[in-house]
Amino acid sequence: MSRLPKAAVRDEALRLRAMFEATGAAPVDPAILQPAATLLDLYGEDIRARAYVTADPLRGEQMLRPDFTVPVVQEHMDGGAEPARYTYSGEVFRKQENDETRPNEYFQVGLELFDGRDPEAADADVFASIAEALQGLPVKPATGDIGITSATLAGLTLSDDRRAALMRHLWRPRRFRALIDQFAGRKPVPTHRKAVLAIMAQGGDPMQGSGIRIGLRSETEIRARLDRLAKDAVQPPLPASEVDLLDQVTGLKDVAPVALERLRDVAVDLPTLSPAVARLERRFEAMAARGIDVDSLPFETSFGRTTLEYYDGFVFGFSAIGRPDLPAVAIGGRYDALTKVLGRGAEIPAVGGIIRAEVALHLREKEGAA
Amino acid sequence: MTLKLGVPSKGRLMEKTFDWFGARGLNLQRTGSDREYAGVVTGIDGVDLVLLSASEIPRELAAGRVHLGVTGSDLVRDTLAAWDDQVKEIDLMGFGHADLVIAVPQVWVDVDCVADLDSAAAAFRACHGFRLRIATKYHRLVREFLKREGVADYQLVDSQGATEGTVKNGTAEAIADITSTGDTLRANHLKVLSDGVIHRSQATLFKSRKADWVGRDRETLSVLMDRLGVLT
Repeated sequence: MSRLPKAAVRDEALRLRAMFEATGAAPVDPAILQPAATLLDLYGEDIRARAYVTADPLRGEQMLRPDFTVPVVQEHMDGGAEPARYTYSGEVFRKQENDETRPNEYFQVGLELFDGRDPEAADADVFASIAEALQGLPVKPATGDIGITSATLAGLTLSDDRRAALMRHLWRPRRFRALIDQFAGRKPVPTHRKAVLAIMAQGGDPMQGSGIRIGLRSETEIRARLDRLAKDAVQPPLPASEVDLLDQVTGLKDVAPVALERLRDVAVDLPTLSPAVARLERRFEAMAARGIDVDSLPFETSFGRTTLEYYDGFVFGFSAIGRPDLPAVAIGGRYDALTKVLGRGAEIPAVGGIIRAEVALHLREKEGAA
Repeated sequence: MTLKLGVPSKGRLMEKTFDWFGARGLNLQRTGSDREYAGVVTGIDGVDLVLLSASEIPRELAAGRVHLGVTGSDLVRDTLAAWDDQVKEIDLMGFGHADLVIAVPQVWVDVDCVADLDSAAAAFRACHGFRLRIATKYHRLVREFLKREGVADYQLVDSQGATEGTVKNGTAEAIADITSTGDTLRANHLKVLSDGVIHRSQATLFKSRKADWVGRDRETLSVLMDRLGVLT
């Protein structure tokens, strides 16, 4: 995609923001420079590869905002009243390590809702507002729900430790799969672990003769993990039938009504899934009430599981039809867990999404010319 | 125009590089006093010797200021984004071997592999309130490795030297550093993870994809490659 004039993109961004304002959203305008520590703690090292970090002599490491979500959540937590509805438009900055042709600064227009009264209605609201803003453009929607996978895990024969390990790696499919194989007994126990477990089984102490203790990780922490390993070693394997069930759920990809039906079937064997399926159904109903054609709406359980780490419930995206070379026109989702981390335990139900103004304008101009 | 060949300016890496070219009939030598960074290539026409710090050679190759360069494969991969688009590996030279590895305290008897490190990192973060720190100067290579392996709850802290000491000094919980024999790691009460080798590095002859390869340089290159017995 050739870059469009910045003034035209800014106008498009403001036009889109005005559409969100017309839905009752209050405009906010977070700073471009954000304290790096918060973002690093939240996103981990990956963000360092993607965001520009610079140093301020007094404020320490600063980051050119890689997105708006975190500053908007912080602003809201510092004094916003609920329910709240915000919109913004402005540039975000992302390093491009592998593809020089991808822009490293571009306009995002966003809509964020903090409203715990009816989460599914809020999900549908954000999706429909973005769909309306993109009306007339050759885009196709995608939807998913991370909550379906976590609800499935909740019903599997797993110890709390094992479940927590899987939940932690929901967004890293490769590690997730390795853990499933390990818990299902499909991978041999590593030699080293076998040896440590054997010492403990004979009443010995694996830490004996292990050398001097250095570093912050204490002996108590090491012993606590050894205990967990010993407990884990006597866990029953995850039954093959349950692995199949999990694969069925995570591999599900169909139009909304069919997907819903399939998930209902699975929920018969897996009652923990029922509340999540009920939420999905309510969301589809709320979307239909907003004029979305749910009968043809694609649903994919694992949509967004590799790229959108902080989303933990509903996720969605819009992409240009027949243009896999373009980045997504819009993405969004629910991120209750992120507000929990930022709020030091205080969780605010939150859902939002962004439009890439330049991609939208590019498609609009192509449509106009056609 | 002359073809610019960048080689390490001091130490064993320089000597071995000179030997390697020497064995192939190209005589590289420093000129002037032994403090002056100047050199010549004899045995072939049209090649200029540029003496550089090994750590700067990747950057000079990427900028196209040298046509060919000798440096560690680890340095190229760590310094350059999408390194393969910027330089091409011409030949592995068979010396300067060193492995970039992840090492943890020997006393961590519960940790042997990368998966263990990941699990320990989760518990560490929950206990201490911050991500487990890994000291390194090879940020790109380490970050890409840990991402590929699906490790979470860690952070990299920069360490440009004496990295093996950071754990004892309390500024990191684990390290990622270059080792050839492992002696320094052991002396600092550290052990290498069984699957923690990130990259096996050695001195490598690289060709710049960004340099101007005009007229005579191409001919010089093909003569040179012929002499070195490698195909481009």
